[in-house]
Amino acid sequence: MNIEQLDFYTQAILSMAALVGLTSFLMLGQGRLLRLIFVFAMQGFLLTLTTALAAYSLNNHHLYISAVLTLVLKVVFIPWMLRREVLRMNMHRDVEALKNNTAVMLGGASLMVFSYYVLHPIVQSSSVVMVNALAVSLSVMLLGMLLMISHRQAIAHVVGFMSIENGLFFAAIVATNGMPMVVELGVAFDVLVAAVLFGIFFLHIRTSIDSLDVDLLNKLHEVDK
Amino acid sequence: MIAAYLVLLIPLVGIFYFALAGHRADTGKVNVRFNGICLLATIWLAINVLNQGTIISSGKAFLIDPFNVYLIVLTAFVGFTTSIFSSPYMAHEKEIGKLNDRRLKLYHSMFQGFMLAMYLVLTTNNMGIMWVAMEGATLATVLLVSLYRTPESIEAAWKYFILCGVGIAQALFGTILLYYAAVQIGDGENALLWSVLYENADKLNPEILEIAFVFLLIGYGTKIGLVPLHNWLPDAHSEGPTPMSAVLSGLLLNDALYAVVRNKMLVDGATDSNMAGFLMMGFGMLSFLVAAILLHRQKDIKRLFSYSSIEHMGLMTFAFGIGGPLATFAALLHMTVHSLTKSAIFVTVGHAAQLAGTQRIDQIRGLIKTQPKVGWGLLIGTIAIAGFPPFGVFTSEFLVLLATMHSYPWLAPLLLLGIGIAFAGLFRHIQPMVYGDRPEGQNPIAANLWPVTIHLALVLWLGLAIPGFLANWFSQATLLISGSTPL
Repeated sequence: MNIEQLDFYTQAILSMAALVGLTSFLMLGQGRLLRLIFVFAMQGFLLTLTTALAAYSLNNHHLYISAVLTLVLKVVFIPWMLRREVLRMNMHRDVEALKNNTAVMLGGASLMVFSYYVLHPIVQSSSVVMVNALAVSLSVMLLGMLLMISHRQAIAHVVGFMSIENGLFFAAIVATNGMPMVVELGVAFDVLVAAVLFGIFFLHIRTSIDSLDVDLLNKLHEVDK
Repeated sequence: MIAAYLVLLIPLVGIFYFALAGHRADTGKVNVRFNGICLLATIWLAINVLNQGTIISSGKAFLIDPFNVYLIVLTAFVGFTTSIFSSPYMAHEKEIGKLNDRRLKLYHSMFQGFMLAMYLVLTTNNMGIMWVAMEGATLATVLLVSLYRTPESIEAAWKYFILCGVGIAQALFGTILLYYAAVQIGDGENALLWSVLYENADKLNPEILEIAFVFLLIGYGTKIGLVPLHNWLPDAHSEGPTPMSAVLSGLLLNDALYAVVRNKMLVDGATDSNMAGFLMMGFGMLSFLVAAILLHRQKDIKRLFSYSSIEHMGLMTFAFGIGGPLATFAALLHMTVHSLTKSAIFVTVGHAAQLAGTQRIDQIRGLIKTQPKVGWGLLIGTIAIAGFPPFGVFTSEFLVLLATMHSYPWLAPLLLLGIGIAFAGLFRHIQPMVYGDRPEGQNPIAANLWPVTIHLALVLWLGLAIPGFLANWFSQATLLISGSTPL
């Protein structure tokens, strides 16, 4: 199928999916925390745009509320909180040397392919846009996990965690035009509480190990040695 | 229906009451009262369901059927008895200076928050809200795991938060896929209601549902503690306060399994293959065996029993996976007896750890000589959980074994082997702890062992003879889940 034959909304959604996927890759290779947070905020902004676009094209008013919630939570509040934490810990000059950067990027690429493979069975029953959107959201989730595995700072883990949420949100908006309002509010509430709890945790971890390097959290083992 | 709203309203009031009133000398007792009233409300609800059958609230937001109502009563009951235990236990922790008023305020408020999340998971008719409540349960308990603020407890809480958060995100993806399949057959806002989905299950797209179930099982399975997603569970259980371990093991794991079974009912309706069942059997069996082996390598008494929880949750997942009336009946019974026994064990374990002043198995000695009630409680509880007759765990494990021999005979030896390994693993640790001489300086403490007595007596009763109304209830739930009755 030729992309020019699709309507404007579909084309826009496809480009958004590509951009959201791209931001995930940018985060994956990012060693500087402030830049990581900035890219995360960009991803949130792309989600806001997608949601607003969907709300406008489908004339679905409750999606505007979702868009505002996303803007407030994922573009302003969470990046602001993380940025403050980085500055307070004086970590903004540190560059985290990522081990096996090449391997991680290649791993990310294969996760993307894997996502398409997983969702292949639904090709017959869904449109091209849906399959693409779902595959990109799934790969954003998987890339978020990879980000958490490959980075050592607690802040990077929170960014990974929240970008997993972003992937889910993208799937909900594009594939299903948003979940029922009550569910969406509930999810937003959970994300907000999680963000606040992460803030509290930073404080606890800092007072406990005097750093936010989670590799130092290594006292508990599966079996005692 | 009023009863259902009451069940949700009481803990909601509790959260704010404890948060605003602050910690006072009688807060532990007030907590008992909150849970007691809630238990009465759930019994009222259960009587309603018994008389009228399935209840759906007017806005279709809540659904109470025989399957969840018995779990609601069980949740309220375990919550109530745990709060009875928690009152003197937390007072002791404050006395020895491990906790202060502010943290106790947080503890009581979040205890109610956790109960609210559990009731919401069980009563809601909306699969999306079920997810929100499940995540809410994590959020409510994560600060309780790190209540003591030791480096270990903070590490455990962080692990719990990240692993369960990432895990449960998979379940949300599964729920989105479920919704995606549901909107294709229409009815936007109501499409995530379980009652609507269940009625139209045969029209849902089977390919999408199969993919969705994989994500749902991984997501909620993290909460059940299925191997290899179980890493958070022993840490959270061992580092948090003991009443928390009792409700986590007794309630949270059950409710996560409940969510999986609800979803399995939908997938089974949509597809002809038994794919959901096979996945659950595989994960269940793996968890069962791995946890049984890991029991042998534990040095911390609470970690020991959390591996035993993983083992039993694995067995239940396996039994639900087999499907069929007999296995389903056995799994429901096992859910009940496991919650009762395991929370009783955690109560005695909490007291044992307070007696010895440590959770290390090799330093807990001579419990029976120090405080016979605690020692015998632990011993009898362990006998019950290991699956000895005449306790209820024996009955349910025997039924699972029967069902396995009937449907998949080649798996029966593995099951027996696992039970044997787990039994040995538990007793090699428990025996030196309860018998032997009392170490110097180990003195009895204030303990309320009524919860243990009641729980173990109930488990014994369920093992000797399941009362008629309860058996009837289990068969109704079995009918709902598997499509026919075992009796």
